[in-house]
Amino acid sequence: MNKHVELKNHQREIFYFRLRLAISIGFVLVLMAILLVRFVYLQVARHEYYQTLAESNRISIVPIVPNRGLILDRNGLVLAHNYSGYTLETTPSNTANLESTLNELSTLVDITPKDRKRFNKLLAERRNFETLMIRNRLTEEEVARFAAQQYRFPGVEIKARLFRDYPYGTQTAHLIGYIGRINQTDVDLLEENDLAANYRGSDYIGKTGLEQSYETELHGATGVEQVEVDSGGRAIRMLSRTPPSSGNTLVLSIDAKLQEIAEQAFGKYRGALVAIDPSNGEVLAFISKPGYDPSLFIDGIDPQSWDELNNSPDVPLNNRALRGQYPPGSTIKPFMALAGLYYNIRSPNRTISDPGYFNLPGSSHHYRDWKQGGHGTVDMFKSIVVSCDTYYYGLATEMGIDNIYNFLSRFNFGKKSGIDLEGETSGLLPSQEWKMKRYRQKWYAGDTVSVGIGQGYNLVTPMQLAYATATLANNGIGYKPHLVKEIRSSRTNESRLIEAHQEVDMKLDPAHLELVKSAMAAVTQPGGTAVSASAGATYSIAGKTGTAQVVGMKQGEKYDASKIDERHRDHAWFIAFAPADKPKIALVVLAENGGHGGGTAAPIARKVLDYYLLGKLPKPLVELPENEEVEHD
Amino acid sequence: MTRRQLWLKFTEHIDPLLLLGIVLLMLTSLLVLYSADNGSWNRPLSQLANIAVALTAMWLIANLPLHYLMRTAVPIYLTGMLLLLGVALFGEISHGARRWLNLGVATIQPSELMKIGVPLMMAWYFEKHEATLTLRNYFIAALLLLLPVGLIARQPDLGTAMLISASGFYVLFLAGLSWRVISGLFVAALASAPVLWSLLHDYQRHRILMLLDPSQDALGKGYHTIQGMIAVGSGGILGKGYLKGTQTHLDFLPERTTDFIFAVYSEEFGLLGNLILLALYFFVIGRGFIITANASTYFTRLMSGSITLTFATYAFVNMGMVSGILPVVGVPLPLVSYGGTSMLTLLLGFGMLMSIETHKNLVKT
Repeated sequence: MNKHVELKNHQREIFYFRLRLAISIGFVLVLMAILLVRFVYLQVARHEYYQTLAESNRISIVPIVPNRGLILDRNGLVLAHNYSGYTLETTPSNTANLESTLNELSTLVDITPKDRKRFNKLLAERRNFETLMIRNRLTEEEVARFAAQQYRFPGVEIKARLFRDYPYGTQTAHLIGYIGRINQTDVDLLEENDLAANYRGSDYIGKTGLEQSYETELHGATGVEQVEVDSGGRAIRMLSRTPPSSGNTLVLSIDAKLQEIAEQAFGKYRGALVAIDPSNGEVLAFISKPGYDPSLFIDGIDPQSWDELNNSPDVPLNNRALRGQYPPGSTIKPFMALAGLYYNIRSPNRTISDPGYFNLPGSSHHYRDWKQGGHGTVDMFKSIVVSCDTYYYGLATEMGIDNIYNFLSRFNFGKKSGIDLEGETSGLLPSQEWKMKRYRQKWYAGDTVSVGIGQGYNLVTPMQLAYATATLANNGIGYKPHLVKEIRSSRTNESRLIEAHQEVDMKLDPAHLELVKSAMAAVTQPGGTAVSASAGATYSIAGKTGTAQVVGMKQGEKYDASKIDERHRDHAWFIAFAPADKPKIALVVLAENGGHGGGTAAPIARKVLDYYLLGKLPKPLVELPENEEVEHD
Repeated sequence: MTRRQLWLKFTEHIDPLLLLGIVLLMLTSLLVLYSADNGSWNRPLSQLANIAVALTAMWLIANLPLHYLMRTAVPIYLTGMLLLLGVALFGEISHGARRWLNLGVATIQPSELMKIGVPLMMAWYFEKHEATLTLRNYFIAALLLLLPVGLIARQPDLGTAMLISASGFYVLFLAGLSWRVISGLFVAALASAPVLWSLLHDYQRHRILMLLDPSQDALGKGYHTIQGMIAVGSGGILGKGYLKGTQTHLDFLPERTTDFIFAVYSEEFGLLGNLILLALYFFVIGRGFIITANASTYFTRLMSGSITLTFATYAFVNMGMVSGILPVVGVPLPLVSYGGTSMLTLLLGFGMLMSIETHKNLVKT
């Protein structure tokens, strides 16, 4: 009986399942019927309409690439613009024999080996159906000669295009950056951000510098034209047109003339300079030396030039101002002094007696002062003026790494300054936690000692140090540094001003600031480490020198510049702001292998200050002395 | 063993009719790929490699007895869930979505595994509770479906999430979910549409809006739809002829070897070709239904029904998307679009169908 019921249930179950299955078949048939109806609609009822669109008069949707926005300096001088010119281009898929075509072309148009190499590189990287440039900037004569012979070269054509030009070239290379041909990585990134549609037809995109950081502002909105084309692809009639709108114009806070003067002031030295208006964070000059010719990159750099740039021992492609990380050396001392006052570790008047070295209690290791025999009796004021190492060894040890870390990180040491350029590095402000994470070691008292004079683990970028100097100049109120101060819309001609953004107000004690700043002003006076900086100046300059060691010294060894390979000599720092009592400009100079800050970096700073504050142009450049006997700081 | 015996042994678990339909569709794939790739052998040859791998996998699965098949349900499902969680936590972002997991040796897309894993798990669950099915069981099965679907929708991969939902729903439906609940769900879905809309990502909304008016974004997403419809429409009744599609060969059609391959086919072979293709699909689907109807256990009935219906859904969604009645969701045309992963997943499913068909007499009901 029981068995019978179960069996019956089973049969019922099968019945219901097959019913459901039948419904499913019906469902599939309905779906197929829907498709069929749609196909009949498209392919029979609307066939002629689509036929017209596709066959005899294909509608071609032609993107119209917008003009890229300009980049101007604060006074309206042009730093990046577009000009129109003729290029010789080919569509490889329509050209039978590329090699012989190129050979024949070179009888009409000058094609250099560099052009050929670049062309071959483009050929290897090309995307489908892309036209590739053989030569740019054709002369009128070359255009005429080719035009007469064009019938011989199917698939090769002359095109009028807009080119990007950087009038200041090398001088603004690290600042403005450059645009380059869109490659697969760019395409992926654009698709990821859903921007691919706006780049249809665009060949170029910002690759580095401001061209990259402000790509969305500069590119503009692509227009679209619907045209009827015949079967050969020639346009017959325009159906509709949405005009493109040009990219926006960037107005920088950079002063191009100041930039030029600063760049030239470096002479033969490599290095970096960043000048900031401390009252609002506007960057006035931004140098990384050596630079490079940005125009090389726009249409793909030829392999030879690339090798030269890439393998040069001067690393011209490295943006030192933004990405170069160096020990701050003695430029850290004013900040350390402020920290000492803030934590009440040192009163201004407390003096130490400097024997020329420092040792930790119970240790015989000598941390040497740069001056053999020491500076005698030193208070805080003097410690900055003569850059006494022993004073700061002791101060750092008493303060402890935690306090140092907490105070200095408020000046953005160890953090990015937040400037509107991509790729900034953050430097390194060591802490107990950092050392444990990095080396799996605890922090030793000895580590703190050298941190006090900006050696040891510390690393800063010139950009970061410039921000910190500007913040100090502005009494502890820091503004986020920025290069773009205004964005002008190309369509409405409206301007968007970039507001100064206050990063921090450290609420420092005015008396503390007064002490440190007046000591910095005395640095450039007789008795200080940078006397040359203010000789004959009609305004006061507050500054601090510094040296960043490139190679370490053994215990008891003496640094002698003349005996060391030039590239192993110390880097020279100078940080400054002026006028000292009411700063209008704060700057950082780094001269690589420049030896001593006061000797090489400070004179560069002086030229920049003279022009900015007095409008004074430097005398025709005098070669900087190479092995000047100067005191080490 | 003689050669003949060996051959019989080798083909013992292959369903010849199903294989015929599959192979015909694969041949179509190679034919169309050759045209879509502008007369190059690149894509067809590498598709051939995909096919070889997938057919081997199908043969292996087809030879797997049913109780082994059932035993794989829980491990596959759990592995899939773990991988999906892995993707949510550590997945690689590509094209704005977090779908891939880098395992060091290879990057994988776990949602692909769940296309098989979810219906397998649900069918297993129903089989376990066959004797005592209550509404509670349907509820738990639905949860088994919704957990992975939720994770996949969050990636976001709406297309795959919807397809897996469909395959899971088919299991529920075939397992006899009452009409009351089904109509209730339908009403609830309609009512929650505005809420779902607000949860969608911008690009997903964009795609749905584009469907209503593709010309709004003629350079972007709408471009696909417009060009696809032009290709299909201009094909007419007889088509433009093999290798003669102007849309295809003048580079108007985007993604023409993958998601939009149907446009290439339809442009060159016309309405007639479409009818043949639909017939081929219906042949495969029909065979699937017959296997389902004859399947010996509850588990195999549910599984084969779901596989067949899901296959039909893929075909419908892809052709509907290319001909402009469904949004562009990124679903390939099954067995025809270029791509190794989807080929493998589909043939794993067909391998199961074959196993279900050829092992049914070995199982006592």
